[in-house]
Amino acid sequence: MDNLRKEWLLNALLALALFAVPLWAWMANEPFIITLATRIAILAIAGVGLNIALGLGGMVSFGHALYLGIGGYVAGIAAHHAFSGTTVLGLPGTNQMLPIWAMAMALSGLIAGIVGALSLRTSGIFFIMITLAFAQMGFFFTLSWPAYGGEDGLPIFVRNQFPGLNTARPWELFLIAYGVLLASLGVFAMLRAARFGAALMAIRQNPDRAAAIGISPFGVKLVAFVLSGMITGLAGAMMADLTRFVSPAMMAWTMSGELIVIIILGGVGRLFGPVAGAAILVGFEVFFGGVSEHWKLWLGLVLLAVVLFARGGLIGLIAGRAQNV
Amino acid sequence: MTLALVLEQLLNGVQFGLMLFLMSAGLTLVFGVMGLINLAHGSLYMIGAFLCAAIAGMTGNFWLGLMAGIAAAAAAGALIEIVVIRRLYARDHLDQVLATFALILILSEGVRMIFGPFPLYLNVPDILRGTVQLGIVDYSFYRLALIGFGLAVAVGLWLLISKTRLGIQIRAGESDREMIAALGVNIRALYTIVFALGAALAGLAGALVGAIQSVQVGMGEPVLILAFVVIVIGGIGSIKGAMVGALLVGVIDTMGRFLLPRIFATFMDTSQAMGVGAALASMLIYLLMALVLIFRPKGLFPAHG
Repeated sequence: MDNLRKEWLLNALLALALFAVPLWAWMANEPFIITLATRIAILAIAGVGLNIALGLGGMVSFGHALYLGIGGYVAGIAAHHAFSGTTVLGLPGTNQMLPIWAMAMALSGLIAGIVGALSLRTSGIFFIMITLAFAQMGFFFTLSWPAYGGEDGLPIFVRNQFPGLNTARPWELFLIAYGVLLASLGVFAMLRAARFGAALMAIRQNPDRAAAIGISPFGVKLVAFVLSGMITGLAGAMMADLTRFVSPAMMAWTMSGELIVIIILGGVGRLFGPVAGAAILVGFEVFFGGVSEHWKLWLGLVLLAVVLFARGGLIGLIAGRAQNV
Repeated sequence: MTLALVLEQLLNGVQFGLMLFLMSAGLTLVFGVMGLINLAHGSLYMIGAFLCAAIAGMTGNFWLGLMAGIAAAAAAGALIEIVVIRRLYARDHLDQVLATFALILILSEGVRMIFGPFPLYLNVPDILRGTVQLGIVDYSFYRLALIGFGLAVAVGLWLLISKTRLGIQIRAGESDREMIAALGVNIRALYTIVFALGAALAGLAGALVGAIQSVQVGMGEPVLILAFVVIVIGGIGSIKGAMVGALLVGVIDTMGRFLLPRIFATFMDTSQAMGVGAALASMLIYLLMALVLIFRPKGLFPAHG
């Protein structure tokens, strides 16, 4: 079986497992497992976002937690004002997921546009550090801004609603997250197959040659960076609704690190890399966290081993080297 | 707001800046010579603090603890260089970030396993207790001693790099790695020594700061991020840049936290001014870093090579 077919089979298996396990849990009345699957799906969406910048564009953003946090705070603040019946900047709050998602994507896209436009002037370690600096600004801003809980974070008392579904039920919330995950994977696959994706990957491989054939590296990378921030922001809004809580921790630099870890564990630039990576990370936390309180030690060792010896991540390990990344 | 208070805060800023310099010097050397981003530098700071607190607690002697802290950090540095870091020099920055991120997880959990989940406390040594009269300011003797320590180490480091054979090799390594290997310098050993030297400085900073903070797992990461801000502002690879960057970050951060809420209070209501001032102050150095990168993308003192 060739590698491409193996990867497709693995992808289908992952997609099926992520649906079948919570389906079983729903029938067996195991809400905890459904919530875990929802967490995997939402983390995977955030990873799909980062995978556009990092996997396709080669932009090592060490600050993507910023967009996760922006999305989270949009959901939290909207729900907060809807709950208290007050307005923010003249707008009423809302407890509907769809307008919240639109707002989260718009705002994180806007901020990603500003951060990207400034950061893309640099490259290499400077790009890593400047994206980190912007995320730290967001982290410390939310930490010390008292209006929305500051250090204590902001609870969402009643989970925001989705038309036609009851988001208070874990299974129905999972369906929403799973649907959005499939949609974001679709966007990623379309981008990668499109002329835009080809241009982006060409720039990653050799910016000078790409420029010589008439592709503007800055513009293409900026658009990719904005799209990437928007998808991660959407994941942030959903994450806030899952945990019914937002706090500055969503923007912490360790969160940015975890997002990169998700992509690496799964496989950089692979369509289902973030899904595999998120499943490994959450699985590790739950299973090894139950066995030993020092599970992070084992996570560190596994991560180290993957970086040193298995650079394609899980998907690379099973399906061999990628064809076009 | 009195002049004495402002002066005291200024001294605190300088003290903070010098401790940041100890952290940044190792980080910038490792990047300058080996081209490596080391996120685990904060863990070496933590190791220095833990060993110092543990040994000082056992023997009752701070200086013995300080020695142990420096030695442990240097040894840990040499060990991880040989086992892990050495494999990363030829890799891209993404792999380096991830592998050293993994090292943070491993070292933090390792320290938690050995020393337990509770913070340790490290007392200021008896002869450095109390305050000293500096003109109009009564200043903590220990903090003043930290300023002295920081300056002494900076001078020592400058002498090491500009006057010794090892320093020549380090400088040569910064400008052309392959060439000095071709000239017969044992580059592997040099890398291990540079890494251990940086680790020792981080351990020293951790042990010294441990006496005015609680010694706990995770204490290294906030300092690590600040040290990165310092070296990016100063120019990665430049010791002089690290010094200027460290003092800038130390003073601007300390003075911003002190002054901004008070400045806002002159035209806003006090509780609101506190909130806005504090929020802005905590972002100030990151703002500075972003500005430096936008206008001087290679930092204030770009290293050659």
